[in-house]
Amino acid sequence: MLPPQGSAYAGEVDTVYMALFWLSVFLFLGIAVPAIYFAWRYRYKPGRVTPHQTHNTLLEIIWSVIPLLLCIGIFFWGLDGWMKYAVAPGEAMEIQVVAKKWLWQFEYPDGSRTVGEVHVPVNKPVRFVMTSEDVLHDFFVPDMRVKHDIIPGRYTQVWFTPTVLGTHHVTCAEYCGKGHSDMQAKLVVENEADYQKFVETGGTEWEDYKMKPAEWGKLQWERKGCSTCHTIDGTRIASGGPSWKGIWGKMEKLNNGQEVLVNADYVRESMMQPSAKVVAGFEPIMPTFQGLLREHEIQGLMAFIKSLGNDPNGGPPAPTVLSLPPKPVDQKK
Amino acid sequence: MEHTLKSQAHVADRPRPVKNYINNDPGIWSWMTTVDHKRIGVMYLVGVLSAFLIGGIFALLVRLTLMTPNHMLFGKVLMTAETYNRVFTLHGAIMVFLFIIPSVPAALGNFVLPLMLGAKDVAFPRLNLASFYLWVIGAIMAVMSMIFGAVDTGWTFYTPYSTSTSGTVTLMTMAVFVLGFSSIFTGINFVATVHKLRAPGMGWFEMPLFVWGIYSTAIIQVLATPLLGITLVLLALERVFNIGIFDPKIGGDPVLFQHFFWFYSHPAVYIMILPGMAIISELIPTFSRKTMFGYRAVAYSSVSLALLSFIVWGHHMFVAGQSQLATVIFSALTFLVAIPSGVKMFNWLGTMYKGNISLETPMLYAISFLLLFAIGGLTGIFLGTLSTDVHLTDTYFVVAHFHYVMMGGTVIAFIGGLHYWWPKMTGRMYTEKWAAIGCALVFWGFNQTFLTQFFLGSKGMPRRYYNYLDQFQPLHAFSTYGSWILGAGLFLTAINLLASLRKPYDAPDNPWGGTTLEWQTSSPPITHNFEDQPVLERAPYDYRPEVVSH
Amino acid sequence: MSTSTTDLHSHGGDSHGHGGHDHADPHFQHHFTDMEQQFDTSKIGMWLFLATEVLLFGGLFVGFGLMQARYPQEFLEAHEHLQKPLGALNTIVLLISSYTMVMGVLSAQRSQTKKLVGYLSATIVCACIFLMVKYFEYAHKFEDGLLPGHWYSHKGDLIPNSHGYATFFSFYFMMTGLHGIHILAGIVVLLWILIRAKRGEFSKAYFTPVDLVGLYWHLVDLIWIYLFPLYYLIK
Ligand code: HEA
Ligand code: HEA
Ligand code: HEC
Ligand code: CUA
Ligand SMILES: [Cu+2]
Repeated sequence: MLPPQGSAYAGEVDTVYMALFWLSVFLFLGIAVPAIYFAWRYRYKPGRVTPHQTHNTLLEIIWSVIPLLLCIGIFFWGLDGWMKYAVAPGEAMEIQVVAKKWLWQFEYPDGSRTVGEVHVPVNKPVRFVMTSEDVLHDFFVPDMRVKHDIIPGRYTQVWFTPTVLGTHHVTCAEYCGKGHSDMQAKLVVENEADYQKFVETGGTEWEDYKMKPAEWGKLQWERKGCSTCHTIDGTRIASGGPSWKGIWGKMEKLNNGQEVLVNADYVRESMMQPSAKVVAGFEPIMPTFQGLLREHEIQGLMAFIKSLGNDPNGGPPAPTVLSLPPKPVDQKK
Repeated sequence: MEHTLKSQAHVADRPRPVKNYINNDPGIWSWMTTVDHKRIGVMYLVGVLSAFLIGGIFALLVRLTLMTPNHMLFGKVLMTAETYNRVFTLHGAIMVFLFIIPSVPAALGNFVLPLMLGAKDVAFPRLNLASFYLWVIGAIMAVMSMIFGAVDTGWTFYTPYSTSTSGTVTLMTMAVFVLGFSSIFTGINFVATVHKLRAPGMGWFEMPLFVWGIYSTAIIQVLATPLLGITLVLLALERVFNIGIFDPKIGGDPVLFQHFFWFYSHPAVYIMILPGMAIISELIPTFSRKTMFGYRAVAYSSVSLALLSFIVWGHHMFVAGQSQLATVIFSALTFLVAIPSGVKMFNWLGTMYKGNISLETPMLYAISFLLLFAIGGLTGIFLGTLSTDVHLTDTYFVVAHFHYVMMGGTVIAFIGGLHYWWPKMTGRMYTEKWAAIGCALVFWGFNQTFLTQFFLGSKGMPRRYYNYLDQFQPLHAFSTYGSWILGAGLFLTAINLLASLRKPYDAPDNPWGGTTLEWQTSSPPITHNFEDQPVLERAPYDYRPEVVSH
Repeated sequence: MSTSTTDLHSHGGDSHGHGGHDHADPHFQHHFTDMEQQFDTSKIGMWLFLATEVLLFGGLFVGFGLMQARYPQEFLEAHEHLQKPLGALNTIVLLISSYTMVMGVLSAQRSQTKKLVGYLSATIVCACIFLMVKYFEYAHKFEDGLLPGHWYSHKGDLIPNSHGYATFFSFYFMMTGLHGIHILAGIVVLLWILIRAKRGEFSKAYFTPVDLVGLYWHLVDLIWIYLFPLYYLIK
């Protein structure tokens, strides 16, 4: 009757559900059986005289008070479960969710992102902080028995502790137009090691860019903040860095008078130890990105810078295919 | 002057008057300009049943589309996602605003209420006609919004979707606005009628329970509908002028719209069910030939349901982003509604106990109501309970819940009442056998369609879904087959009723042995309802032999 | 209530004692028992209608309150743009019109047709003054770009780019606008009553329409009595 349970909380909800189910069966029979029995037992006989029973105060009280007590009980039981749903533990890991027509975007604590798929470590509370870019949506995970509306201009949240490894279903439960019923995502619950490996790869997004390192690099340029200092059209940002346009393969003048060929080695060094070689006319204000860029992101950036180069045939080579860490093991059961 | 409640035998002896409200003043024009509550009731009846037919056809299309996951029929895709969204929106909007809200009060209530009170008409006959024409205008506007564009917002019109989608949403909201005023006018009329036009000798607790139910409904219509009106005006202004009250992009609050909407629409569900319950309170004592058990409790429960209905709207918004405190309070208040509903159920059973029960068609519908409303109401408890609602909200569980209360509750009661008063309204008896078969088909088909949906919803099938996971396919198909049986039952019922109109007048004045005043006049009634002003000397539903055969 | 209904119908020597006399009155509608019942019924109907009006505005008041809680600073600042003296003037004008309306109803009840016509005209004049003042206020707002929602184009607010100001004016125009429409409708029905009064249709035997329009007019005034402090005197 109910979907598989993906968390301990789901079990609690199901207990209430099943209790209500059996209570309802009982109350339904309490109405249906007399109704049908009376219709048969007191079926019409011409001339039969019926008693003149106008009311019975005691009965009236009984069948008001007993349901009232039942209802009070049910209310508190439901409240008890709901409190757990409503209040996330402080140590919960936080995943940012952006919903829009008609896809799901997830951002992990380290800044990696995925679309249409979210990975979480097993047995650890995880909190989804959600907002929408257009209309209302609703984050619904049947296996976890949780859902919450997502509202543009606001942040709402939902949390759970997944306990069952494997893929669960995320689905949009607030009507949002044409693609409402296609607004799905996969929730992959995996063990800690696999999750770490997944985060290491920065999510699955790169798969889309596998064949196009330069595009991948352009994305990093926007995301990692390079674009705040570096333009790609040759213009210069005040108190920023040199534009990347046309630098690949060129001899760059440094502030110590020397020159350096802009190639893979130099670009990598510029990211990791920017102050080692400072371009003439610029301040050494570029922060180091040591530890902040993954290998495939660095490669992507290089490919991107190269694609902006002015020397189509010369210059040192840049990667054409990203070398990526192994994909996490698929735990579909 | 006629002083007594008559038994069936007595009344049948009376000759049928040649002139009645139907043939008194023939011609389309005289119908269109009539202020006779009976004629207005009949025109309303034709109107709401047409709306029911259109809404029902949309419903069958919805079910047909969902029968297979790829929406194929005879090798063709039946409709696209956009069309599907429009179809279920129109289904919901037509059923709610054009059909079920005016159904019992405006159609049956208009006809029966003044008769039951022994009055010549409602308090404001011209307002009554105005209300009908507003309904017609609203209906035309709604239909135009269908033809000249489309509305795909769901019947709830949630912002910001409704303010950003293209189509004729503005026209549709204005249609609903006009329909709201139609409903307000009916409400004002009935409250004033009940207060002022009761027959001599009829105190508040000598009113038939149908009147109590309609009276409670009218109070909600008057007090809740203005809020819907203003909400829809705001929505239209938002769409046309970008005033920014609900639009988060310019500082508005989309959740505010939901509060406004449900502040009306929750009470509206009691506008729907109270008249249904009111009919059942007539049918059960009449066909059990026994005094209504707990008359006062049932009367008070109608009023308390009406009042409680104003303070529970937030239960539609448990996961919508209202404050957590509000959520808890609304859940607690929601449970209170179960008590007066239960009181009614148990008193109906108490009335059947030791009765003399004949199972004519209206009573078959009454018993169906008891079973179906029990299921609908009890599943409402699942939804009022916080932890289970979080899982069930916006799934087919909710869809099943509200069809059980609206279709299984109100519509079943409405059709039961229609069969009950049909002889009075038309002067003809329908064929009992076909009516009973129709009722059985409806009961079976209905359960097959919607019981299934509780399971779909519990398993996590969201509502308003065009595509669904393959795992849900068997249940969806089963539900669709049910809708065919249901449709067949309803069509059979409609044909059976219509067929009776071809016969000459054959209905006795009081075919069921009813005790309320409408059975004292002829079938069909004369234009001024009663030959002489009836005077009530004892309470309704008094089946003591010494009273009946006086 | 129930006993009085019964009384009305009882054919004994009841206190209302209009009897068959009523049926001569051209305004008598056949489905009532007598004029008294007809009058009471109309009054109930009118009160119910007023209840719907209160709720219509009630919804907007609630919306205003919620938005004020969201943008307290902006609302406070925005209300400075409203012209208190004009608002106060309008309040006084409406209070006077309420008085003339009361006197009008009294005159009708006393069959003083001339006075009735005078008071009704005075009420209509007040209503027109009110609308004129409102027109100047609106014109001023339009000039300064103090407009609802995305039409808002006023410069130099303390909190730049906040939507609160526009929201304030959304509510301001909606509520005063809806109220204005009610005044306009009031003028129309007052004119209609005035014409009928001139024809001498009202007397102590039949003054229901005057009474009902009076009730309506008081409600419209009352709503202004709430709108005025809400918008012009925010603290
Ligand atoms: C005729 C209309 C009607 C009626 C009568 C009801 C009756 C009730 N409804 Fe329903 N409801 C709707 C129409 C109606 N509803 C609609 C249209 C929607 C969805 C709208 C949308 O989103 O599109 C909805 C949605 C809805 C929700 C929101 C679900 C969601 O979206 O998450 C909730 C939540 O609390 C709810 C609860 C109830 C309850 C508690 C009752 C109670 O009144 C039921 C009381 C009756 C009983 C309980 C049975 C008899 C009593 C006894 C046998 C006594 C003993 C009982 C106990 C001890 C429990 N309803
Ligand atoms: C009164 C209210 C009412 C009624 C009666 C019905 C009746 C039916 N409804 Fe509807 N439904 C709603 C109100 C109603 N519905 C609402 C409010 C929604 C939500 C919309 C939204 O999400 O916005 C909804 C949504 C809804 C959905 C969900 C769509 C989705 O979420 O994607 C489905 C799916 O199965 C459905 C099916 C049906 C079916 C098969 C019937 C059948 O019972 C219909 C049977 C009727 C007929 C086949 C017509 C026959 C009539 C005649 C022949 C004329 C009659 C005369 C006499 C009998 C005298 N409805
Ligand atoms: C705070 C500003 C700032 C940010 C952010 C920044 N840079 Fe720089 N970058 C500079 C400055 C200033 C220079 C020139 C001085 C230097 O060489 O250190 C520079 C130089 C460079 C050069 C050498 C350019 C040339 O013409 O030789 C490369 C390559 C480079 N940055 C890459 C990156 C990448 C990749 C990122 C983002 C992951 C990044 N930068 C982010 C400021 C920044
Ligand atoms: Cu997103 Cu529905
Ligand atoms: Cu509700």
